[in-house]
Amino acid sequence: MTYLDHAATTPILPAVLTAMTEQLARFGNASSLHASGRHARRVAEQSRERLAEALGARPSEVLFTGGGTEGDNLAVKGMYWARRTADSRRRRLVVSPAEHHAVLDSVEWLEKHDDAEVTWLRVEPTGRITPEALADALGDGVDVAAASVMWANNEIGAVSDLTALAATAHAVGVPLHTDAVQAVGQLPVDFTATGVDALTMTGHKVGGPMGVGALLLRRDAECTPLLHGGGQERDVRSGTLDVAAIVGLTVATVTSVGERDVRTPRLAALRDRLVAGIVEQVPDADLNGPPLDDVLAGGPGRLPGNAHLSFPGTEGDALLMLLDARGIECSTGSACSAGLARPSHVLLAAGADADRARSSLRFSLGHTSTDADVDAVLAVIAPVVERARRAGTGRR
Amino acid sequence: MRVIAAMSGGVDSAVAAALAVGAGHEVTGVHLALSPDRQTLRSGARGCCSVEDANDARRVADELGIPFYVWDLADRFREDVVDDFVAEYAAGRTPNPCLRCNEKIKFSALLDRARALGFDAVVTGHHARLADGELRRSVDAAKDQSYVLGVLTADQLAGALFPLGSMTKDRVREIAAERGYAVATKPDSHDICFIPDGDTRGFLARRLGAAPGPVVDAATGRTVGEHAGTHGFTIGQRRGLGIEVGDQRPRFVLGIEPVTRTVTVGTAEQAGIDEVVTAAPTWGGAEPELPFLAQVQLRAHGAAVPCEVSATEDGGLRLALSDRQRGVAPGQSAVLYAPDAERGDRVLGQGAVLRAGERQPSIHS
Repeated sequence: MTYLDHAATTPILPAVLTAMTEQLARFGNASSLHASGRHARRVAEQSRERLAEALGARPSEVLFTGGGTEGDNLAVKGMYWARRTADSRRRRLVVSPAEHHAVLDSVEWLEKHDDAEVTWLRVEPTGRITPEALADALGDGVDVAAASVMWANNEIGAVSDLTALAATAHAVGVPLHTDAVQAVGQLPVDFTATGVDALTMTGHKVGGPMGVGALLLRRDAECTPLLHGGGQERDVRSGTLDVAAIVGLTVATVTSVGERDVRTPRLAALRDRLVAGIVEQVPDADLNGPPLDDVLAGGPGRLPGNAHLSFPGTEGDALLMLLDARGIECSTGSACSAGLARPSHVLLAAGADADRARSSLRFSLGHTSTDADVDAVLAVIAPVVERARRAGTGRR
Repeated sequence: MRVIAAMSGGVDSAVAAALAVGAGHEVTGVHLALSPDRQTLRSGARGCCSVEDANDARRVADELGIPFYVWDLADRFREDVVDDFVAEYAAGRTPNPCLRCNEKIKFSALLDRARALGFDAVVTGHHARLADGELRRSVDAAKDQSYVLGVLTADQLAGALFPLGSMTKDRVREIAAERGYAVATKPDSHDICFIPDGDTRGFLARRLGAAPGPVVDAATGRTVGEHAGTHGFTIGQRRGLGIEVGDQRPRFVLGIEPVTRTVTVGTAEQAGIDEVVTAAPTWGGAEPELPFLAQVQLRAHGAAVPCEVSATEDGGLRLALSDRQRGVAPGQSAVLYAPDAERGDRVLGQGAVLRAGERQPSIHS
């Protein structure tokens, strides 16, 4: 089996499995005052400190969540509610249309149900958001509740310069949230140095477990809770801490951040060979997103493990099915819109037409990827594309 | 064989897929997304196109350990089935959308795509027997669906598998229950899948708008009522006519004239016909030599009637019925069967009904 869908989820790291199994064998509620509780709390707080250090944050800025979707919902809705309550003029949310649905659907919900007004950011053809586009959309900022721009796009790998974007937002007094779910472990992510006010990350994209993540939230950031209850996480998030999951999240994050310098150049080289090999065999295959060697603010301008291509005259889901039948697992986009094939909203936002958006395929490499995986794709891609072309696009 | 199992989320297609796996085929499950605005949950016992139905299908596919995909054929379905349905009613005819879906979607758009992707056939949960290229009625007469498959050509049948034709619906549910499928007790779908509330007249009124006109009684020549649109009527209809005729005899719809928006009603005697003329036929096998004797079924749940089949001058069929019939509506399919009590009546082919009326005296009689 060739697994090239690390952007959907990553195989769990052996060290994570060991650490979680050990913690699962213990018990204790981190909110309890007795010895069992004290032990659980100690493990959870050690994890918070280690996670904060790996991401350039302070421990008090780490809120454990149930994953990326919760982090995005909490940041977007929580900042909107808090800032609009403080000043009723702040109805606007400034957001990239290429965001993950966890952000898109949150702002659309606020627009439909809670009097928000969404301003969509201009997207570069590469998928990137520029500080100029953000500045144009923010205006003088007095009517803006919050802005949200993802660090690296989950579909086409486009990286934006969050340091510059945060400075742009702060210049008009607007807080900035970033969905860094794909960035952590693949790009240098330093919360404090970047200056963003809130950052979403999740465990299962970095070799950790599903269902656990963190929202990094500056101490001065205003955020109204979504979940009310025991107030465990700075009174912004309630719920008994899942200590074993938090341990897993932390070990995975610390390991992937620590190994990043070694792993990502290796992934980029594999990815480059994959794309070159595909284009050699299917000359009209078109790379989506930034160029492979793109550089932004001294770092990679594209996720090193991301390859996203359109194959004219095909349907992405036909390609996916034919590759699946040959033991190769990849994706047509984000898994949330999988099931029913829809043209990628990211490609549409970046200005692609619907045919190009429907004929695309994403290969995402990660810590288990090898040369053999690339070889497996290159061995079958030409006949698969040819067969998918014969099946056509299903439309007249 | 490598086959695509069309899985609606219902019990029939679930068991059909399971039987195909059991027969040793390499099966891939596909759920067709046919509605542009899919509901999250199924409403009532109708519909087959909600996300819940797709999830029911996926659940069975996962149990079978087969790949499962959702294919979006909503555009094709809208053009070939829904728009056609509305246009047929607008023209005063009575279409059968299930037949159209089999002809244009399941055994055309889906089968063509399956073949192009390297599959040999499409397996569905239809209740009909198919062996050696011959399509026959199901052993379960009450559930037989050969009528809505009667439009399939030999080439389409060559790419079809109907594993359920030799068992009853009760047996299908038993198999599903034995395998522990949650869909074992799922209600049968009824009516028209793209009209989930079952209100066909309301659906057509929304699409076609109000177009009032007179209801004329052929027995007296008098105008006996007003209607809101000819699309609310079908030939042979007796109930819901909203008329006052002044005598005790029931009235039936005899004719629908969309241009003058006139609906003609008449007595049972006037509603009877013994000759049907169809458009150019399709054949499920070799084209038979005309004329010949056969049985014809003139609507989805009607009984078969003996008839003599001959050619019309312009390539259609003329069906001389042995018994007078009511309610033969233009737009419906006249499906021809060769009776066979042992192996099941065999479908020969079909033609779309153009008109029905009194047989002209022929030189033979």
